[in-house]
Parts: sequence; C-alpha cells; structure tokens
Amino acid sequence: MSAAPGALAFVGRLLRRQLTLALRRPVAVLNPLLFFAMVVALFPLGLGPAPDRLAAFAPGILWIIALLANLLSAEMLFRSDFEDGSLEQLLLSPQPLYLSVLAYVLAHWLLTGVLLAAIAPLFAVMLNLPVAALPALVGSLLLGTGVLSFVGSIGASLTVGLRRGGMLIALLVLPFYMPVLIFGAGAVEGALAGLPVAPYLAILGALFSFAAALGPFAIGAGLRISIDA
Amino acid sequence: MWSFFHKLGSPPWLYRIAGVLLRWLLPVSLLALGTGLIWGLLFTAPDFRQGNSYRIIYIHVPAAVVALAGYYVMALAGAVSLIWKMKVADIAMKATAPVGAALTFIALVTGSIWGKPTWGTWWVWDARITSMLILLFLYLGVIALYEAYDNKAAAGRACAVLSLVGTVNIPIIYKSVDWWYSLHQPASIKFTGESTIDPTMLYPLLLSIIAFYGVFTCALLGNMRAEILARETRTGWVRRLAGGEV
Repeated sequence: MSAAPGALAFVGRLLRRQLTLALRRPVAVLNPLLFFAMVVALFPLGLGPAPDRLAAFAPGILWIIALLANLLSAEMLFRSDFEDGSLEQLLLSPQPLYLSVLAYVLAHWLLTGVLLAAIAPLFAVMLNLPVAALPALVGSLLLGTGVLSFVGSIGASLTVGLRRGGMLIALLVLPFYMPVLIFGAGAVEGALAGLPVAPYLAILGALFSFAAALGPFAIGAGLRISIDA
Repeated sequence: MWSFFHKLGSPPWLYRIAGVLLRWLLPVSLLALGTGLIWGLLFTAPDFRQGNSYRIIYIHVPAAVVALAGYYVMALAGAVSLIWKMKVADIAMKATAPVGAALTFIALVTGSIWGKPTWGTWWVWDARITSMLILLFLYLGVIALYEAYDNKAAAGRACAVLSLVGTVNIPIIYKSVDWWYSLHQPASIKFTGESTIDPTMLYPLLLSIIAFYGVFTCALLGNMRAEILARETRTGWVRRLAGGEV
C-alpha cells in the first residue's frame, strides 16, 4: 500500500484525470467550439452581412459568445463527479480542497477558454475583424476566460445539487461576468482604434490572479454545501 | 450581555422583540418619511436648470442609497450566519433580499421617470444605471437560489456564499461600468469636502434618506417575523399565537 501523494503531485494527478476523462469523449470537448461557430454564423444572418458593420460589432460578438460557451460548459463541470460520488470522496480526502478545486478549474480553462482563444482568430476573420486586432483578441480571451472559469465554477458549485440548475446558473453568474466582458471587448476595440492594449490586458490579468486567489475558497464552500444538501 | 446573544437563538423571543421594535420604529419612520417627502416635494425651491422635475430626487436618491446598503446588510448577515451559525442572521439575510430588490427597482423606475424630462429618454446604458440593474440581478439571483433549494438550511448557506462573492464583486462591477461609460451626474453629497447641493435641498434629502433606512428596517423586521412564523409553524407557541389550542 502506497502513501498518499503530496499535495502538488495530487493536483497534477487530478488535472491529468480531468483532461483524460475529457479527451476520451472528444465530442464533448468540441461542443463549446461548435457552439461558438454556430452562434458566429447567426450574427450575419441577424445583423445583415455588411462587412464593415460586422467588423464594428465583432469584438462584442466574439466576447459574448465566448462568455456563453464558457457558461454552458461550466454548468457540467462538477455534475458527473457529483452524481457518481467521486466529489464526495474528494471532500473527504486529506488533500487541501483549495488545490483540488484549482485542478478542476484549470482543466476547465484549458479545455474551453484556451481552446476558444486558439480558434477565435478564425471566426474573427470570418466576421471581418482586422488582422491587427487579433493579438488583442487572443490575449484578452486567454486571460479573460480564466476569470470566467473561476466565476462560472462558483455558480456551478452552488447549483450542482439542483435538478434545474441550467437557467439559475446563468442568473447567478452573468452579473459577475460583466466586468470581464467590458475589459475583454474593450481590449479588442482599443486595438481596432490603435490604442494601447496593455492596460486592458493588465486589468484582466489582475482579475485573473484575484479570482485564482479567492475563487477556490468560494467554490470549496459551495461544493460542501451542495454535498450536504 | 451574553444572555442577549443566547436569546437571539430563541425564535419566540426574537419574534416578540422584533414586534416591540416595529411598534416604535414604524410610526417614527413613517413620520420622518412623510415630513421629508412633503418638505422636499412642496417646500423647496425649484432647481434653476431642471425646474420641478428634480424633486423626484427625494425618492430616487434615498431608494438607491438604501438599496446599495441593503446588499451589504444581506452579505454581512450571510457572513455571520456562515461563521457563527446564528439562526437570526440566516433569517435576516433571507428577509433582506426582497426588500433590497424592491428598493433597487424603485430606484430604477424613478430614475427612468426622471431621465425622460432631463435627458429626453427613458433609459440610457449609463454606468450607474447599468450597475443598479446589475444590483437588481444580484438580488434576484439570491432569491432564485434560495427558492431552488429544497433543503432550506443549505439554501441559507448557499445564498450566504453567493452574497459574499457579490460583496467582493460589487466594487469591481461598479468601477468597471464606471470606466465603461458615464452620463449620470457624480454624487452631489460628500462626507469629505463641500457638497454640491444647496443646504435647503440637502436637509429634506437627508431626512428622506434616514426615513428610507427606517422603513427598510421596518420591512426587514416584518419580513423576519413572517419568516420566523413560517419556520416555526408546527411549534406550540405559534399555534397559541394563532389562537388555536394545542
């Protein structure tokens, strides 16, 4: 019988477990990206295909879709582990809950936020966003989706035990997404206007580290409440 | 001193003391509200630019001020109930949410009515208006989360966590929206430095704000009493209170 792994090794294993589980069902990983692509296709139909108008709206459109894709995937973050009892085992284990939660959120960010940021330039070009604004888009999405993952996980942890959590998590979490949307879309619009992008990215980075420092406490508390309920 | 804290855990005592408080506070607050509103609406000079339409300030500003403060009351009660597991704090938190939501709604509606003659439009996506709207969503989120749980003890704790997350986020939301776009005038009343509002307008406004705090407290106490009764329906003292013999 082997001794319990150290905290960092444990986080590494948990992260690898999450990623392996996700990659075994590749369609589930692709779902947010497909959602992203589908909704991008809706906007030219709704707003009209005029390229300059689409370009003007593109920063907001792309950011709002990233927000919704993140929200929809956050809802599923703890669900299967809650249902099969492994979440309860995690709470009972001697490992610090803060770090375990961090592994969950990190996995969610890697599988949705980072992938979305990587694929976003393709859709940005389809919406006629000038190439000069692409670095700002990718950078702001990388940092911003990290904040979204933390905040979304707070909502997910509070609603995981509820049967109809779907609409509720949107009501709980979307108000907290708004600052990220403002600075994220602001970064891209700033890049379009030729303004420096670094201040926006700095604020998003600050929000990210703030969320990473405090978010896991709230997520852990939420998970304990959901398990007890 | 300590017996007071112990008594707070007793629902019948809490119910009775809230009733006593209400009996004194309600007439005083209503009197203050009436005085403040009549003074503000009838006996102050019209504004030199906005004419008489500015008088809605005597409802708009107090409602907005107390709605914001109410969120912190709710979060503080939530923190107390999470940390010390005090029943009274849990009840207070649950009772604050609808009152706060109602005040936020009043602030939004009066602001909208004020905006029409002043800015020429019912609604603008201005920083302060947007953050009040977000505040309304936050209140509604807490109410919806509470209703979604079947286990009410867990519901209370979940709402406490949510409102605490909200306290951290409200300044961020507020500042971000502020940088985003602003049309709303900056605050006219300052604790430090010169207020930019004439004293003859200021005093009825301050009275109204105090009166709104009083009315808020009364609504809170009334809600708490109702909540205590709802939670204790099956106990002897509630049945005796309702007149039925046990």
